[in-house]
Amino acid sequence: MIETPIQAIKTSTGRILRTEEMVVNMGPQHPSTHGVLRLEVVLDGEIVVDVIPHLGYLHRCFEKHCEHMTSYQQVIPYVDRMDYVAAMTNEHAFVVAAEKLLKIEVPERVHYIRIIMAELQRIASHLIAIGTFGIDMGAFTPFLYYFRDREKILELFEMTCGARLLYNYIWIGGLSHDIPPQFVEKTKEFCTDFKKTLKEVNDLLNYNEIFIKRTANVGILPKDLAINYACSGPMLRGSGVDFDLRRDDPYTLYNKFEWDVIVGKGEMGTVGDVWDRNIVRQREMWESLRIIEQAIATLPEGDVQKAVPKRIRPVPGDAYGRVEGPRGELGFYIVAEDSVTPYRIKARAPAFVNLSVINAISKGAMLADLVAIIGSIDIVLGEVDR
Amino acid sequence: MENILAFLNEPAVTMVLLALIPLVFILVYALVTIYFEMKVAAHIQNRLAYMETGWHGVIQPIADMLKLLQKEDIIPTSADKFLFILAPYLVFIGTYASFAVMPFSSGFIGSNIDLGIFYLVAASSLVVVGLLMAGWASNNKWSLFGALRSAAQIVSYEIPGVLAILGVVMVFGTMNMQTMTQMQDGGIQNWLIIGGNFPLGQKLALFPFMFILFIIYLLSSMAEVNRTPFDLPEAESELVQGYNTEYSGMKFAIFYLAEYANLFLVSAIVVVMFFGGWTSPFGSFMSGTVWSAFWFVLKGMSFVFLNIWLRWTLPRLRVDQLMYVSWKVLTPFALFCVIAIGFIMVI
Repeated sequence: MIETPIQAIKTSTGRILRTEEMVVNMGPQHPSTHGVLRLEVVLDGEIVVDVIPHLGYLHRCFEKHCEHMTSYQQVIPYVDRMDYVAAMTNEHAFVVAAEKLLKIEVPERVHYIRIIMAELQRIASHLIAIGTFGIDMGAFTPFLYYFRDREKILELFEMTCGARLLYNYIWIGGLSHDIPPQFVEKTKEFCTDFKKTLKEVNDLLNYNEIFIKRTANVGILPKDLAINYACSGPMLRGSGVDFDLRRDDPYTLYNKFEWDVIVGKGEMGTVGDVWDRNIVRQREMWESLRIIEQAIATLPEGDVQKAVPKRIRPVPGDAYGRVEGPRGELGFYIVAEDSVTPYRIKARAPAFVNLSVINAISKGAMLADLVAIIGSIDIVLGEVDR
Repeated sequence: MENILAFLNEPAVTMVLLALIPLVFILVYALVTIYFEMKVAAHIQNRLAYMETGWHGVIQPIADMLKLLQKEDIIPTSADKFLFILAPYLVFIGTYASFAVMPFSSGFIGSNIDLGIFYLVAASSLVVVGLLMAGWASNNKWSLFGALRSAAQIVSYEIPGVLAILGVVMVFGTMNMQTMTQMQDGGIQNWLIIGGNFPLGQKLALFPFMFILFIIYLLSSMAEVNRTPFDLPEAESELVQGYNTEYSGMKFAIFYLAEYANLFLVSAIVVVMFFGGWTSPFGSFMSGTVWSAFWFVLKGMSFVFLNIWLRWTLPRLRVDQLMYVSWKVLTPFALFCVIAIGFIMVI
């Protein structure tokens, strides 16, 4: 952190010249705000004095829409459109909450397929996160390497449910339909291919000397601050907090598989810097691959639509279901009245919560570091604004 | 017919025609390099790039140029109109003027002046003024940021760059670029990067320092033409597009043209200083006026390729790190080399 005081100089004619802070408007049409985020940045030269995020450019009244459906099942396509790069995870989170409300037990095969889909989606989302972060750092090539592999995941999804971005695949009580016969084989193929790319991008980006210089010791988010701001996901784990909902609040069968929770250790600088958050994402993809490989190998048989209710009319009450999404704890709070539609749905969007910490961690950083910090938070504006 | 010949033989007309040769070269080269850069970038990144316009998209740069020509020429209302219009041309003039002393072949050099390389350094500095002008006149905070960064960067990197040139000039004892090239004639073993056309002992002593100077000049030339990893002035992820954010249409195209021309210019300086300019690597084999032009362009383009390769591989540095590299690493090394070369040349 560099502190430069505001200086005043008296000229020979008696005029007082002083350096001034400059207010710069970063966004909503800025290439590295990852969407329509607008940051009001107060700059002293290149150094950031203050950052004020302005939200709401992509507000689509998602929560209000959900109250006017004809069924709970119809909420799912709306949920898809919240975090559009991780639609599967959103469906999963909503379905977990709805199943809690309706007290539905789903078959084991459904759990397995949901896990495979959620982990594939986590990989797809992290690929975008790291890829765009690379672009923010000026490295364009890793982004396209990752997009090539993301394409393979999207093909798997397309094969399964016909959609590439917004799936409407995970239903309350089950899935819209079973996986196609070639899916298992193609997923195995993807897992083997993808390991090569992971190594390649580690060489090209994550362990690149310039990249380390740019990201280590930048935007440090200490443990206590991360907890105070309710950060979650790679943001929290990057700061060295060993917490993962998949292990610590098992909402599905993750405990059947062998995998590790990745925590930032501050290898290149301080714990909780931008490099740590990025490497947590990179290593999580490896863990996701491990989970997928095990789930694919032990996939049980069964009917995926057995527990899907024909008509959903819950007992009045409320439920909160949460999953570990690629960006952190994604939760849905559903309040039900005696009706076929929810009375109120509240989404706890991790990107929104994580974004709130930006002001605290970017003071005193340089303008280029601010871009790195935004990139490392990995926001999706569809989810921030809803 | 006679009238035309007589007209062509007028000294003034001949001068204009000779001056047009580099301009034509720049225009053709820019089109080729835009295509080349897109294709190299695409193949580095596992894509195909242009495939539709012509065979493998070869006429895409022309289509791009025509598109830019047709575009509306927007001048922001709050911009300083005069400076805004002047800036791109000033940038281009700085680059174009530098081509005057470039020895393209054994038979062609725009102006064979004795202060060759000194003139070149001076003329290419005009670019900074143009960039600052563009940033200021745009009346856009991001543009101003880009322009200031650009000025700081180019001025700082000129110092190690010029020190490296000084070292080379001390070895050759001349600033005339044509003479420099001729002194390296006679095959690859006479190129300065190997130690030049000197007795063996001196050659061995010079070799390490020449290599260091080559690296120093290469790095500072990359910074001078704003290429990755030193492309901070136009870092699109931070500054939107830097000094040329507000430019559109033909003015934008001229910035682009100047940038690409500058890229070849610095590559050509590297070639003239260290890689024998237009001389053939095989002694008298494949040498001659036309062949030498071929070698010059080929060598220049290989350094252009190196720049493109690095651009699509490396991330970008931060401003303070950029300054650190210039002032605390390159400049001391360059100074040390200059002193050492002085000793070697005296002994």
